[in-house]
Amino acid sequence: MISVQNVHKSFGDLEVLKGVSLDVNKGEVLSVIGGSGSGKSTLLYCINAIESINKGTILVDDVNVHAKVTNKDKLRQKLGMVFQQWNSFPHMTVLENAALAPRIVKKMSKEEAIEIARKELEHVGLGDKLDVYPTKMSGGQQQRLAIARALAMKPDYMLLDEVTSALDPELVGEVLDTLRLLAEEGMTMICVTHEMGFARDVSDRVAYFHQGVIAEIGEARQVITDPQNPLTQKFLSKVR
Amino acid sequence: MDYRFHWNVVFQNMPELLSGAFVTLHVSVLAMLLGIVIAILLAIAKMNNTKFFCHVATVWVEIARNTPALFQIYMAYFGLGALGIHLSPYAAVLSALVFINAGYLAETFRGGFQSIPSTQYSASKSLGMTSFQSYWHIILPQMLRRIYHPMTNQLVWSILMSSLGILVGMSELSGTTQRLQSLSFRTLEFFIVAAVMYYILTKLVLFGSSLLSRRLFRGEI
Repeated sequence: MISVQNVHKSFGDLEVLKGVSLDVNKGEVLSVIGGSGSGKSTLLYCINAIESINKGTILVDDVNVHAKVTNKDKLRQKLGMVFQQWNSFPHMTVLENAALAPRIVKKMSKEEAIEIARKELEHVGLGDKLDVYPTKMSGGQQQRLAIARALAMKPDYMLLDEVTSALDPELVGEVLDTLRLLAEEGMTMICVTHEMGFARDVSDRVAYFHQGVIAEIGEARQVITDPQNPLTQKFLSKVR
Repeated sequence: MDYRFHWNVVFQNMPELLSGAFVTLHVSVLAMLLGIVIAILLAIAKMNNTKFFCHVATVWVEIARNTPALFQIYMAYFGLGALGIHLSPYAAVLSALVFINAGYLAETFRGGFQSIPSTQYSASKSLGMTSFQSYWHIILPQMLRRIYHPMTNQLVWSILMSSLGILVGMSELSGTTQRLQSLSFRTLEFFIVAAVMYYILTKLVLFGSSLLSRRLFRGEI
């Protein structure tokens, strides 16, 4: 379980998260929606300890993420992350991209790492691209590579930061289909997203972020189709 | 135009010219290797928050990049000599070239490092890699691809600039050529051959470098 408790985060004078609390249970898919600058991506970075926090607590399976004694590198093995700009490693083939972390972080043998990487790449539909360099692929394919690369570490949670925002419209579908597949398989996910249809259909709950606080959180279909908070109503009327 | 070329004396002295060329290659490669080591330190110092190191590195880079190579060589040979530190011509040229290479390469390294998006680092950290693993497997290999050709250029530059060793009496290719032509009076012949040898030397370096790069770098950036 990921438990976020009263988290505050500032960049200089700018307070981006102003006391955010939420829980994500095993097997649950939570979508986070909201305008730009509302703090939704920052929350993911804080959960993954790529960003520090100023106040509050984040627990992942009862481990305090930001405690000094916590081995953050070890903790991140549990938390797969996919970024808006897919960040494939351009100097490695698709297969090497996905096999690297299992080999050097989990200290698997080369054969084992390659086997796992190959499986995950086939899983996201890149089985025929193993020896291709990522720069030769489309954004959608690179984003699926990023998903497979994260999955190869066998994470317990996936954190997805606007993974379709930088894609050409015709490539969005293939990435969302991959995420749907993961959701059906029971992966626990936090998806920061602008895809309202995806949020409504795939996630269990939706949280609407507004200026660093959660303005509304609830069952996915209810928040998207029948929001209670006027701020959520206003936001959704704009993005539709 | 009734100049008659006499090449025989040049070819008789080929072994000496070749040993001069070897000294040229020797001093340039050594200056390159030492330059790289210092350049890494300078680049780190320039990106460091400690003001003192940053200033030292900045002064070094500014002097190296904005004053003539001849000045550096004279400083090492005559300047230090005046202070009682007597370097051999070889040591003077070597230290001057190291000084300049380090200054230029420091900026190359810094630029190369900063050209790698920080998101590559975040991505590798998010996979559970340690900072060292992230640099070693992700940042440095990409950086090396970007600075490889500027580094090769710097080596070629060193080979050509080492010819200034002639002015402090160093016996590299130019110095040897200078001595032999003054004994034989076949100035034009000797310098034409020396120029051809410089050309071949730099072409060999470029050829070797591109062979190596094909082995090292398979992917594209």
